[in-house]
Amino acid sequence: MHNILTIAKKELRSYFLSSIAYVVFAMFLLLAGYFFTVILLYTQEASLKGAAYNIVITLLFLIPLLTMKAFAEERRQGTLELLMTKPVTDFEVVMGKFFAATTMYLIMLLTTVVYVFILIKYGNPDMGPIYSAYIGLILVGLAFISLGVFASTLTENQIVAAVIGFALILLLWVLSWASSQFTGNMAEIISYLSLSGHYDNFVKGVIDLKDVVYYLSFIIFWLFVTVKSIEVRRWK
Amino acid sequence: MIKVENLTKTYADFKALDGVSFEVQKGEIIGFLGPNGAGKTTTMRILTGFFPPTSGKVEIDGFDVFNDPVEVRKRIGYLPENTPLYQDMEVYSFLRYIAELKDVEPEKKNQHIKNIMERCGISHMKNEIISRLSKGYKQRVGLAQALIGDPKVLILDEPTIGLDPKQIIEIRNLIKELGKEKTIILSTHILPEVAVTCSRVIIINEGKIVAEDTPDNLENKVSGVAKVIVTVRGGSPDLIKTRLQGINGVSNVTVIKNHAGLTDLSIQSEKDVDVRDKVSSIIVQNNWGLIEMHRETLGLEEIFLKLTKKEK
Ligand SMILES: Nc1ncnc2c1ncn2[C@@H]1O[C@H](COP(=O)(O)OP(=O)(O)O)[C@@H](O)[C@H]1O
Ligand SMILES: [Mg+2]
Repeated sequence: MHNILTIAKKELRSYFLSSIAYVVFAMFLLLAGYFFTVILLYTQEASLKGAAYNIVITLLFLIPLLTMKAFAEERRQGTLELLMTKPVTDFEVVMGKFFAATTMYLIMLLTTVVYVFILIKYGNPDMGPIYSAYIGLILVGLAFISLGVFASTLTENQIVAAVIGFALILLLWVLSWASSQFTGNMAEIISYLSLSGHYDNFVKGVIDLKDVVYYLSFIIFWLFVTVKSIEVRRWK
Repeated sequence: MIKVENLTKTYADFKALDGVSFEVQKGEIIGFLGPNGAGKTTTMRILTGFFPPTSGKVEIDGFDVFNDPVEVRKRIGYLPENTPLYQDMEVYSFLRYIAELKDVEPEKKNQHIKNIMERCGISHMKNEIISRLSKGYKQRVGLAQALIGDPKVLILDEPTIGLDPKQIIEIRNLIKELGKEKTIILSTHILPEVAVTCSRVIIINEGKIVAEDTPDNLENKVSGVAKVIVTVRGGSPDLIKTRLQGINGVSNVTVIKNHAGLTDLSIQSEKDVDVRDKVSSIIVQNNWGLIEMHRETLGLEEIFLKLTKKEK
């Protein structure tokens, strides 16, 4: 645990040393603000529903920008060898990087609370769906991060890592579209595996244990694959 | 302190290491010498547990590298090839990060880092961003991070590569100084390096150990052929050559140069035979002039070339 925190702290510091973090923050603030304002003016409704759907879309491409550096940069600089020959395990390194990206994301998400205050000040929103939307956003975001960190182990090039991360996230997000091409169990399995299908309930204000379990298993699965990926990559 | 048994490493279908075994005693400075591609880096990566060998065993300070990687890594300081560093960090915060990973006690951390920076001569650079440092200073930072946590064993992969002569001397002196308290393996493809810094040399070529001894012994052992160089006035080169070749114990004579009536020849003799008396009397008997004569033993450089060529 101590090592995970040490690595996460260092990764967080290096986020703020690189301009990419500021760019991602600025983009997110801009887009989230835009969605919130436009949707609010259009619907005249004190709810976060519309914004919550659209914020996820911005995360599809912003989160790979947060995670692309994780392992790609270590490999390019050769520092992976420096790090992995210290008394740390592969698991600790992966968790450290995952927590750092998660912290960045949570800070980003925290800025949107401003909009909730605006809703409360000028309207009378139903708080239930707002809480559940946030739980959904946190789970989806962490799922994206686990996939993005995995993508970062596949290459030495940050841009390539971001592109692969984006492609993987998008693919698993729209996987449900493919389910119409299948019937019976296969269709069900495919739509179950899709990232997007489990998000709707949260926005509608329903926290279903099935969806929570889905996201948690998704995150654990991809973190596990990430650990294996750096293990294999070192062996070659 | 370090026990390596029968290491083999195969990359895809290329055998980079083939049955490498050696031992390093406490307090030794071992030079791991070999041309590029010999398998030095591969060996060091296995020693530090960065990747496992295809077969074989490594034990450091009583711990098996593959069963107890974390215990082993607590006991070693490793400077990988080409000194990878976090370029965007400041020297001090980088070393603090390493100290935290190495579990240095929080109360002692600052003093510990300070001492090491002083020792490596980088105290005045503590707030510099690593990417802005010169190659020599980066190398010192690399050494400094290896020293964090006071490891018993130092593993240094080509610690002086790419430095200028002055920096090389400084780093070598630092390594020699460190050798007083630590067990060190350093790899290099530069010969004088081991003669200067190491107590023992292991020569590796194409994944196999071809020789292992002290620099002095190695020189004696392989210098089976001694060479005598003479300069003769008068006579024809061919005749001189034929006459000298007739001497008992001479194995080969070659003419190096012939100009202005002077002939330079190189005379190779068998081991432990000093042919200089006979050479001089032959020259005098033939009424030639003996202008100069000296004996050459093979330097480490030639031994190295011989050993690594013999393998082919
Ligand atoms: N990851 C790798 N994949 C394939 N071949 C490799 C890899 N790393 C090293 N080699 C090969 O193994 C041999 C030994 O390499 P190395 O241990 O780096 O030698 P040295 O450090 O002595 O120069 C070289 O021929 C090199 O090309
Ligand atoms: Mg090498």
